[in-house]
Amino acid sequence: MEQAFVVIAVALAVIIVIPAYRVIVGPTLFDRLLGAGAIGTKTVVLVCLVGVIFERLDMFVDIAVGYAILNFIGNLAIAKYFIVPKPDERLPVESP
Amino acid sequence: MNVFDVVALILVIAGALFLLVGSIGVVRLPDFYTRTHAVGKTDTLGLVLAVLGIAVHDGPSLTDAKLIAVVVFVALTNPVGTHALVRSAYVSGLRPWFKGQPMPDDPTEDHHDDTPDHGAAVEPEEDRR
Repeated sequence: MEQAFVVIAVALAVIIVIPAYRVIVGPTLFDRLLGAGAIGTKTVVLVCLVGVIFERLDMFVDIAVGYAILNFIGNLAIAKYFIVPKPDERLPVESP
Repeated sequence: MNVFDVVALILVIAGALFLLVGSIGVVRLPDFYTRTHAVGKTDTLGLVLAVLGIAVHDGPSLTDAKLIAVVVFVALTNPVGTHALVRSAYVSGLRPWFKGQPMPDDPTEDHHDDTPDHGAAVEPEEDRR
């Protein structure tokens, strides 16, 4: 049973690396932020799995809660910060 | 290996598969808005399934309640964060990719241009704004 969780955790570590491609070569700033947010969301699951493997889930779940909260607050703050209003370049509300 | 272990394993593997689909979508899809479409939903569902599977494996305890709190928190806040990022990109003037335009950033993909002149396909895009 524990070996199955070890295998899933290793597979999840590989899955987490995949959006780093978008963080490195993303054409726009928002693509990089999206990749970073995707990595943060998947890391919460990885922290919980590590807690199961190490038999210390009661400690690691607190770390997971803190990581989820920091990820959300960071996403909101960055999204708020990078709004650059350009009224003449704004898209029309109904897309063609 | 009782029933709870089997259910926990199935839930965790299903969550990992959803996370894998989201990761592939981030890399493969053509523009920013379609990538958020891939990540915003599959990441939320994958995390909910995987953490619920871990909660089933752990059994009823205080840790289980904390795991369910993580599930509820992420299910509420992850779509909000994605929406805030998309709104910031839209207000900043990032253009979406429309059907028929060449792929924006994938040089390995061959461009299915119907028009022979490459520049003529971009011209009506400028009039639209």
